Amino acid sequence: MDLRVPEQEKAFRDEVRTFLEESLTPEIREAGRLVTSVFAPVKEAMAWQRILNDKGWAAPHWPKEFGGTGWSVSQRAIFAEELVRAETPPLVPMGLHMCGPCLIGCGTEEQQQEYLPKILNGEHFWCQGYSEPGSGSDLASLKTFADKDGDDYILNGTKIWTTYAHYANKMFALVRTNRDGKPQQGITFLLLDMDLPGITIEPIVGLDEVPEQCQVFFDNVRVPQKNRVGAENDGWTVAKYLLTFERGGQEYAPGLNVMLEKIRLMAEKQQTAFGPLNKDPVWKHKFAALEADVLALEFTEMRIKSALSAGKDPGALSSMTKILGTELLQKVTELRIETLGSQSVIWQPQALVPGEEQPVIGPEYALTAMPHYLNSRACSIYGGSNEVQRGIIAKAVLGL
Amino acid sequence: MNFQLSEEQQMLADSAKRFVRDNSDVETHRRNKKLMPLDAATWQQFADLGWLAVPFEEEHGGLGMGPLETMVLLEALGEGLIMAPYIATVVLGGGFLRQASAAQQAETIPALLEGKLQVAFAAEEYERVFTLENTAMVADLKGNEAILNGTKSCVMNGDQADLLVVLARTAGKPGDQDGLSLFLVDVNAPGVERVPHRTVDGRQGAEIRFNQVKVAEAARIGALHGGYAIARQVLHEGLLALSAESVGSLSVLLNETVEYSKTRKQFGMPIGKFQVLQFRMADMFIAMEQTRSLLLAATLKTVEGHDDAAMAVHAMKAQLGRAGRNIAQEAIQIHGGMGMTDELGVGHYVKRVTGVDGLFGNADVHLMAIARSA
Ligand SMILES: Cc1cc2nc3c(=O)[nH]c(=O)nc-3n(C[C@H](O)[C@H](O)[C@H](O)COP(=O)(O)OP(=O)(O)OC[C@H]3O[C@@H](n4cnc5c(N)ncnc54)[C@H](O)[C@@H]3O)c2cc1C
Ligand SMILES: Cc1cc2nc3c(=O)[nH]c(=O)nc-3n(C[C@H](O)[C@H](O)[C@H](O)COP(=O)(O)OP(=O)(O)OC[C@H]3O[C@@H](n4cnc5c(N)ncnc54)[C@H](O)[C@@H]3O)c2cc1C
Repeated sequence: MDLRVPEQEKAFRDEVRTFLEESLTPEIREAGRLVTSVFAPVKEAMAWQRILNDKGWAAPHWPKEFGGTGWSVSQRAIFAEELVRAETPPLVPMGLHMCGPCLIGCGTEEQQQEYLPKILNGEHFWCQGYSEPGSGSDLASLKTFADKDGDDYILNGTKIWTTYAHYANKMFALVRTNRDGKPQQGITFLLLDMDLPGITIEPIVGLDEVPEQCQVFFDNVRVPQKNRVGAENDGWTVAKYLLTFERGGQEYAPGLNVMLEKIRLMAEKQQTAFGPLNKDPVWKHKFAALEADVLALEFTEMRIKSALSAGKDPGALSSMTKILGTELLQKVTELRIETLGSQSVIWQPQALVPGEEQPVIGPEYALTAMPHYLNSRACSIYGGSNEVQRGIIAKAVLGL
Repeated sequence: MNFQLSEEQQMLADSAKRFVRDNSDVETHRRNKKLMPLDAATWQQFADLGWLAVPFEEEHGGLGMGPLETMVLLEALGEGLIMAPYIATVVLGGGFLRQASAAQQAETIPALLEGKLQVAFAAEEYERVFTLENTAMVADLKGNEAILNGTKSCVMNGDQADLLVVLARTAGKPGDQDGLSLFLVDVNAPGVERVPHRTVDGRQGAEIRFNQVKVAEAARIGALHGGYAIARQVLHEGLLALSAESVGSLSVLLNETVEYSKTRKQFGMPIGKFQVLQFRMADMFIAMEQTRSLLLAATLKTVEGHDDAAMAVHAMKAQLGRAGRNIAQEAIQIHGGMGMTDELGVGHYVKRVTGVDGLFGNADVHLMAIARSA
């Protein structure tokens, strides 16, 4: 056991840094600085994806034959870290991190050829149609029906919380093809176009006043059966395969470290009557507790990565990192608003739109704090709520 | 000991609850996506109901009531998320004007009572963790005048105010209680510039810049260098009111969450049947009751002038921040995706209690105040 970094990995880090310095445009950097969600401003995130794709780096986690990089696990980690350090806007995950890996694992060769290149170059913008008004945590109870008609399915029902459906041209969806038996056994995984007749999209405004999610309605929408991934009524298997990517694929520690460092700098600038806030014992104590938690998470994530590179299935560990990562993110955003006091109370969402050049009221570094705090409350809800994740650990790990 | 409302207080509570039933502001919150002018009709209604007169002495045309009545009124307004700038103008503004000279009072209180004068307390400053003694903005003394230079941040109601109460340093350095002075400044005085902004809770404030603003001696409240004691007393009454309002808002968050958990079904049963959520709601309830207790403790001790009244006020604002965080976060979590929307009231209440923690020193600042004085 050791923590030595091989020479070639250091060289790789330098290569990534040089590339980032050379290829990040001011617009993309600005969008990265203004991020207040796991979802970045769309235009700049897509521009950044195109630049990465030209270099062949849009999907390092994909197998090389499908357009991945063939990097080792630690190279991928270095790359992810450097992206975060350079404050690049996160890429929209629904194609690259969800649909793509899912098609690689469960799609036909034809589907892989048709969709994967367009996920990489951004031509296809995917959204995830799982949740429904009556089916959130209990996803398997979903009731958007797909009835067979000739070579097609006819869809009726509604999906909700569909992130970026208003930007998407494609959706991967779970639909019900069998009304009888165990709910999980009547679900099918479908790919569909968002401009099909019968689809209506209604954006939902969030706490931060931005419409990030949507409700999508299906009224007799005709989808070819060849757009099915996996067997009919076997969509639950496909969805579960995908979920491990959605939950486990993410690393939180690098981003948290960057945020903590910035909070430390903010605290240096805040004067109390007894000196700067970063010397205040109460603040220092809180900060230290978070630093310790993030260090622990960093190593928990590394242990998982090393299991992955040894070809092991991290299994329920993905639930653990989801819980830890999201709750630490929430605590870090909370410490940030606490560090800023009333400066975080100023509300200026228009200044968060890249390119608007809206003058910022108050210190510029305070701008994203409150929207990010509010938005990050969602992290413990989506992707399977943290209650659901704890349930998985209790059941699958502890045998309760 | 008696924790019952008097007949008069009960009447005030009833009239406030009636008003809230007809005017709950969640809808307004949802619509307000830009700076809005003061809702003059609502404010006039406040005047007509006599609410603007609550904390003023009878000789000034007031009702001669105090923090207890303000508490009763504000708790009801908090339940309805009513946005009117009552605390800024009546509690803080009125509090300062009650300490002002007879001439200043004659000029301002009648207009305030009629609903024709809006006031704001310009206290906080950028990059300074708020405590009164941490004030750095300087007022230079030249002859009989003070000359204000600097910027006040996040001045609640600062955009609508006609009159500012400005806390500035006439002597000493940040950290000193001595050397602070209070000035009444007309917003239209030469050199005053306002940058209005919204605040997270759907309300409005302003950054206020002072550039060589001349203030006559007659516009000072209290003694030169002796503003701290007045500011502290008035601020503490403001914190009591802010807390009462928040207790009202928190109780709505708790109730709405409990009700939602009884109707929202997943896995074939109401989510309120899951023990993990039951326990968390039980904790929300406990936090709520503890906050209510501290609100009563702080208000009664202030009204009766106990020695430890200030400590109780700090404890209350700290509790409000911590319990507010807990209740707000759980309210969203238990609502699931719905909790993250602009559509439900929950999010708007969450934003208010989150904003309140940030104003006039958050939980840490007030805990530190207790720790340092021990
Ligand atoms: C920002 C955001 C983005 C999203 N993006 C997408 C997307 O792109 N595509 C998509 O399909 N969906 C998306 N979702 C939906 C998300 O997956 C659901 O919100 C989530 O599954 C929870 O469902 P719900 O909102 O219906 O809450 P509910 O399931 O109603 O849960 C409410 C509360 O009850 C708790 N609860 C439920 N069941 C149990 C139990 N058995 N034991 C204990 N507690 C329980 C939950 O943990 C939660 O606290 C998104 C959600 C958000 C907030
Ligand atoms: C110092 C001490 C003094 C005591 N004195 C007395 C005495 O004078 N007279 C007397 O009669 N008894 C006494 N007791 C016994 C005490 O009342 C029992 O320990 C208590 O009722 C719990 O029962 P148990 O120890 O069997 O634990 P269990 O009931 O087996 O509980 C074990 C754990 O499971 C949890 N649990 C149980 N049911 C649920 C549920 N439905 N939901 C969630 N969690 C649950 C419990 O909270 C606990 O954490 C004493 C105990 C102690 C420790």
